[in-house]
Amino acid sequence: MRKTLIIARRELAAYFVSPMAYVIGGLFLLASALWFFHSIFIPGRQASLRPLFEAMAYILTFALPLLTMRLVADEVHTGTVETLMTAPITEAHVIVGKFLGVMGFYLALLATTLVLLVLMAIYGQPDTGVVTMGYLGMVLVGALFVSVGLFASAMTSYQLVAAIVAAGICAAMVLLPQAVIATGLAPWDRLASRLSVMMYVKDTARGVFDTRGVIFFVTTSAVFLYLSIKTMESRRWR
Amino acid sequence: MPPTNGSPMIDVKNLTKWYGPVLAVDDISFHVDRGQIVGFLGPNGAGKSTTLRILTSFLPATGGKATVAGFDVLAESMEVRRRIGYMPESVPLYGEMRVREYLTYRAALREIPRRERRAAVDRVAQRCWLSEPEDMMRRRLDQLSRGYKQRVGLADVLLHNPPVLILDEPTIGLDPAQIRAMRDLITGLAAEHTVILSSHILAEVEQTCSHLIIIAGGRIVAAGTSGELRQRVIGPNRIITEMKGAEPNVLAADVGGLDSVGDVQVQRAGNWTRLMIAANDDSDPRSAIFQLAAKKDYTIRELRREVASLEDFFVQITYEQNTQTTDQSA
Ligand SMILES: Nc1ncnc2c1ncn2[C@@H]1O[C@H](COP(=O)(O)OP(=O)(O)OP(=O)(O)O)[C@@H](O)[C@H]1O
Ligand SMILES: [Mg+2]
Repeated sequence: MRKTLIIARRELAAYFVSPMAYVIGGLFLLASALWFFHSIFIPGRQASLRPLFEAMAYILTFALPLLTMRLVADEVHTGTVETLMTAPITEAHVIVGKFLGVMGFYLALLATTLVLLVLMAIYGQPDTGVVTMGYLGMVLVGALFVSVGLFASAMTSYQLVAAIVAAGICAAMVLLPQAVIATGLAPWDRLASRLSVMMYVKDTARGVFDTRGVIFFVTTSAVFLYLSIKTMESRRWR
Repeated sequence: MPPTNGSPMIDVKNLTKWYGPVLAVDDISFHVDRGQIVGFLGPNGAGKSTTLRILTSFLPATGGKATVAGFDVLAESMEVRRRIGYMPESVPLYGEMRVREYLTYRAALREIPRRERRAAVDRVAQRCWLSEPEDMMRRRLDQLSRGYKQRVGLADVLLHNPPVLILDEPTIGLDPAQIRAMRDLITGLAAEHTVILSSHILAEVEQTCSHLIIIAGGRIVAAGTSGELRQRVIGPNRIITEMKGAEPNVLAADVGGLDSVGDVQVQRAGNWTRLMIAANDDSDPRSAIFQLAAKKDYTIRELRREVASLEDFFVQITYEQNTQTTDQSA
């Protein structure tokens, strides 16, 4: 645990001095804010944050892979993996530590969107329950996308490849189940709705707490973290 | 199982490494005793880095066995890692970190208790000349010159005072003054540490290391102290002499008739005759040649023993290696 936190702290500090991280964070905020003013912040309309959370989930599909692409790929590319993995530390420490590090940065990023909430409050009282659930959903979907990004980053030493693979997997997890649901073919549509990232995001955005959603995000994140550890371990045998 | 006093710090037996179809290390065996500084010498692509990476447990070997401080590099990897300091060839660092920040981070990874980290970092900074200039410890790693990066790499390796140091080309890219300083530092480490370092440059390794292992094409071609290698590698003495007083073939025949002399080659040098003489076994025929010349009234203007260098031998290995690889790629 101590070593995991050592890695997490280094990773988090690296994001805070990385121009790339600020650019990506800025774009995420900009996109969220544009969406907010375009479709939510309309005086006279009922104040609802629901579309914002849904839009943010789509934006994260592309923003988080850009944030996570360097995590392992860059260590391999620059060779720092050699000093890292000859210290008394396991791949599990490294992967979980890096996961926590990015999540730290992501939470900070998410916190900045609270500004939009304040603007909203000027016009109408947003429901605290809905807001809390919405942010919980954002944290959970973020954890899943970060785990996917880590996994992709552990597969290759090319950051760009890692980003594309991660965005591909995230987009597939967002879009495929929706497409299946749209076909309305039983029993596949029911199954797909159980595996649909957007279904769960929509639930939380409405302020609904669904244990199945929490379980879905926690298990899928855990699976991708596990795969990342195994992928990183296998690097030595390739 | 910790090593008993007699057992070697590093023990390598029949180590083999294939990278897919490429054979990088071919059945090598050697050992390094406590307190030795061993130089791993070889041309590009000889398999030096590969061997060192296996010793650090970063890479698994394809075959054979290696132990460091009595621990198996594969089965007891964590114990091995606690006891080594490894500086990779290119000294990779996190560019965005500051010197002190980086060393403190590494100290934490090395399980140095929080209270002792600062002292450990200060100690290695002092030792690796990082305490000057004054702001050095606050500089960003990607803004350091090559030499300073190297110093940070070495400082990192010494943080936890490991019994075994594994340094891959520690002096590459340094200026002459820094090379000397690095050499002195490494020599000074021998008291507390066992060191294995790699290099392309024989002269440098000869000065620093008590033992040399020369590797080419993934195989050990020679190993021992530099004295031993010289003896083995260079073979019998060669004597060069220039004299006059008779026809070249007569001179050659007279000299060749001496007991201690083997083969003689003749060359003309103006009106002098140059003889290149291979001595029999370890004998030194110089005094016999001189007495012969005095007796026959020949004039000698040069009589010397050629000190063949280990360098020649090493260059020859390197050359053979290079021609082999070009053959393969042709
Ligand atoms: N990751 C790798 N994948 C495939 N082949 C490799 C890999 N690393 C090294 N090799 C090959 O293994 C052989 C030995 O390489 P190694 O890096 O150990 O040599 P070296 O003695 O350290 O050379 P140098 O002096 O250039 O550093 C070379 O033929 C090299 O091409
Ligand atoms: Mg090398």
